[in-house]
Amino acid sequence: MRRNYYLFAGLLLTGVLAAFALLGVFWTPYDGAAMGAEKFLPPSPAHLFGTDNFGRDIFSRVMEGAGTSFLIALCTIAIGAGGGILLGAVTGYFGGLADEALIRVGDALTAFPSILLALVVISLLGPGKPVNLVLSLGLVFIPSFARVTRAAYAEAREANYVKSVRLMGASHARVMLVHILPNTMPVLLSALTIGFNNAVLAEASMSYLGIGVTPPDASLGYMLSEAQSVFGRAPWYALSTGGVMISFLFGVGLIGEGLRFREGGPAL
Amino acid sequence: MKKTFLALVLSAAMFCALLSGCGSGEPPAAGPELSVGIAQDLDSLDPHKMVAAGTKEIMFNVFEGLVKPSPSGDLLPALAENWTVSDDRLTYTFNLRPDVKFHNGSIVTSADAVYSLERLSATADTPADIVTVDAFSNIASMETPDEMTLILRLKEPSNEFLSYLTAAVIPAGYEEQETMPVGTGPFRFVSRTAQESVVLERFDDYWGGPAAIKTVTCRVIENADGILMSLQSGAVDLFAHLTITQAQQLTDDFRIEQGAMNLVQALYLNNAVEPFNDLRVRQALCYAVDKQAVIDLAFDGFGFPIGSSMYPAFGKYFDETLIDYYPHDIQRAKELLAEAGYPDGFSMTITVPSNYQPHLDTAQVLVEQLKEIGVNAEILPVEWETWLNDAYIGRNFESTVIGVDASTMTARALLERFTSSAGNNFINYNHEDYDRLFTEAQSCTDDDEQTALYRAMERNLTENAANVYIQDMADLLAVRNNLTGVRFYPIYVLDLYGLRWES
Amino acid sequence: MKYAFRRVSALLLTMFLVSLCAFAAFSGISGSAAEARLGTQATAERAAALREELGLNRPFLFRYGEWLSGFVSGDLGQSLTYRQNVGELLRDKALASLLLSGMSFALIVLCAVPLSLLVVRAADGPLDVAHTLFNQFLMSVPPFFVGLLLSWIFGVTLRWFTPGAFPGLSRPGEAVRFLLFPAVAIAVPRAAMTVRMLRGTLLRELNRDYVRTAISRGSDRNSVLRRHVLKNALTPTVAFLAQMMAEIVAGVIVVEQVFGVPGLGRMLVVSISNRDYPVVQAIVVILAFWVVAANTAADLINVRIDPRLALRDE
Repeated sequence: MRRNYYLFAGLLLTGVLAAFALLGVFWTPYDGAAMGAEKFLPPSPAHLFGTDNFGRDIFSRVMEGAGTSFLIALCTIAIGAGGGILLGAVTGYFGGLADEALIRVGDALTAFPSILLALVVISLLGPGKPVNLVLSLGLVFIPSFARVTRAAYAEAREANYVKSVRLMGASHARVMLVHILPNTMPVLLSALTIGFNNAVLAEASMSYLGIGVTPPDASLGYMLSEAQSVFGRAPWYALSTGGVMISFLFGVGLIGEGLRFREGGPAL
Repeated sequence: MKKTFLALVLSAAMFCALLSGCGSGEPPAAGPELSVGIAQDLDSLDPHKMVAAGTKEIMFNVFEGLVKPSPSGDLLPALAENWTVSDDRLTYTFNLRPDVKFHNGSIVTSADAVYSLERLSATADTPADIVTVDAFSNIASMETPDEMTLILRLKEPSNEFLSYLTAAVIPAGYEEQETMPVGTGPFRFVSRTAQESVVLERFDDYWGGPAAIKTVTCRVIENADGILMSLQSGAVDLFAHLTITQAQQLTDDFRIEQGAMNLVQALYLNNAVEPFNDLRVRQALCYAVDKQAVIDLAFDGFGFPIGSSMYPAFGKYFDETLIDYYPHDIQRAKELLAEAGYPDGFSMTITVPSNYQPHLDTAQVLVEQLKEIGVNAEILPVEWETWLNDAYIGRNFESTVIGVDASTMTARALLERFTSSAGNNFINYNHEDYDRLFTEAQSCTDDDEQTALYRAMERNLTENAANVYIQDMADLLAVRNNLTGVRFYPIYVLDLYGLRWES
Repeated sequence: MKYAFRRVSALLLTMFLVSLCAFAAFSGISGSAAEARLGTQATAERAAALREELGLNRPFLFRYGEWLSGFVSGDLGQSLTYRQNVGELLRDKALASLLLSGMSFALIVLCAVPLSLLVVRAADGPLDVAHTLFNQFLMSVPPFFVGLLLSWIFGVTLRWFTPGAFPGLSRPGEAVRFLLFPAVAIAVPRAAMTVRMLRGTLLRELNRDYVRTAISRGSDRNSVLRRHVLKNALTPTVAFLAQMMAEIVAGVIVVEQVFGVPGLGRMLVVSISNRDYPVVQAIVVILAFWVVAANTAADLINVRIDPRLALRDE
């Protein structure tokens, strides 16, 4: 039973941080873009995380940046999981030539380190626009979801329960949606949590390389790269931004850990 | 269990010992070696093909022309020991300095000078990547009565011709400039590793006497975050063009020398697109922008406000009265916008090359300032290549923050681009008076008169609010405390010749 | 043997697809090496002339064909920016990057294997929660954040190494010492992931009937673990580690920037920006080959361990 505490703790941590980011959309202690205060103030009650090189309140910027990061990660996963599950389910279930082709292309794409692929795609679409960032990352995440789903569906295709519902006259679409999908849930959920964390990290890496989010938009990744250049002067900038990012990834990781247990992961 | 654990502890201990065994981060003692950080790799090694300011900045030490610029902006004799100009100002006779050697050992002759000037003149079969010098089309003929004398005859008299002769002189017929450049400067090229380093070595036969530093390694550090670390860790002794934030983080091992970037930083407006084709809108933006606040916020007060396409290092050409032509006046800006038919403001985009942090920083402050007059500006960060292709060549942009530099120390280099027919008039500036003034200035033979004409051109740009002029950015240079001899120039160069380590 | 042949031909096919995709994608980007070279000197006519001179106006398939035939005969072409042979240009950088990824991989294996054996023994004990939490935490740390901390602490403050001054491969001892720091930054989250995966695999094996039977028959738990469990857990582990190679390479691209390692990462970003397609193409192919080869090697090793796997793929 101990493991359900992971789920609980993970949900709590993620929930608090998500609420914090959501709140940032409507209200922040200061205007995150306003350059009013003194530069490089250390953390204090007035500025919880201090101020940055423009005299902007870091706490407010983290609230806004967290929102941007999570939104980008969510959209990325929506595209990646949506496309990947559809593709994987159809090819895995029907098999044949399309299946064979998908495996090949999937292999080729996973051979590309995700960053490399995203770099090329975003150069193609034009960097600097959040929509393009989400699109390129989303595309990059399709193969991994397709691969997981395909494996589950290919296995299910041969399973007795699928054969029997087919004999009872269920349509392919119904079998795929109603009968197989729920059975793949444990695998998919854990793929989702891992994918989500990878998406946050990928966005951060891209922004770090200067081809992700760019000002005046702030994401945690972009802020981290900004914070890096002032680390000697204002270490709290990097530490608070990094801290929030790590906490969030940690929370989602715990949810994944808890889910795996609940859904019958390795029994102890 | 115990064994595994023991193995683990042991390997961890060994790992730590291995790491700590490399305490080599001591700052270098005074010596003949110098490590310079440069923020971008060289774009070409051929002096006639290099375009990037950062390349010319370093290779200034490898190549020389007949004359060379001095820190005060004058022209000094270099390969030419002296010269005479005929009374009709059409014939220049240069006496070359005797026994000047190229880095490959051969002697510099007038034939080399002719070869170099011809290579830079635009003809039908000039390779497309040679950066030709338009002023050389004014050369009617070149004669070499003997190996040490060069006579240039011009088609029309020109006050500025001499300043173009800073162009590099290279050995005639030498084809390897692109991989193994050979010049006459105080340093010779040794090797380069792409994206890593360029190594230069003191040229012992330099006509002005050998430099103090023996070997200079220029390390390419493109990542802004790496710059500070490379200074702090001892990887680099000197780094130019720091941001104020970086400069302020440096420890006591370094001192900061301040010069000027010699760039015209402005919010350049595409004069051909709505709403910037309306003079009142452009003026409104000028009133709305508080230059000093930009300098204070993004550059901590370091920077020199300017009001036209000219910066202070140009001395007599620079017109101080234009700086405050548009004082910060929100009310006036709003009135002008209302007159122009935008009482509630409008939306615009500011295209910025994302690899230039100072321009990005400036743009962020501008966005905040423009909000006050209801103008909703959005920053559109693009890659440098995309900027060149779409904004600069394609002229497909609304506004952009960029710094424009002068390739030679002539007012023409800064002002010619805004004549309506100039190929690099990327803001589509089109004003009859301006074109007329420029034509007059070119045919003008009297220096004072010509200066007055150039100043009138500057005023024309300001009055017509061609762009929202901001500043000539401060150039902050970090040097290790015991390194002396830093000299700033009115153009974008880093002179390594005078540098020396004090013990 | 037949299986090995199939795997290797699949590798070649994958590499062909990778290179074609990269080439095609790159042809679609706006701007070309001509504009990149001319910089602010560029005018429409000049750029067009230089494009012609560099041969960029020829049809896409023709250029790809030219690149491919050159590649097959061992010629990676000329860099459009550096006017230098791409093979020469990239050799040291590729070696540095591959050395870094190899070192990260070695660190991951060296840390993860003994650690996972430790935590398996502690499973269900009081330390289990602590290590799971700690492990999850390490998995959540972005490599470049670790890199940032390492370079400031060990580079700037303690001066154990000089970030930004990579000693070069001609001094292998110092180079390896320098690379240990970025390798640690890359390895931390990946090692944590490997520990987690190994722990799960080992526990699943330990709970199988044959293990329970053996132990209930009085066999020593440790010898069962060593003799059977480890062997059975080996194949999924090898596959997992090989798949991790792609992520390590991704980590290398980013972390190289933090420490100023002159590897393929910076070169890739710059060359994309310079539209220097022969260089981009070469880097993509080198990195992809490294990853695909690791996966192919893992498949071949696994078939040696468990020949039944060769049949499963039929």
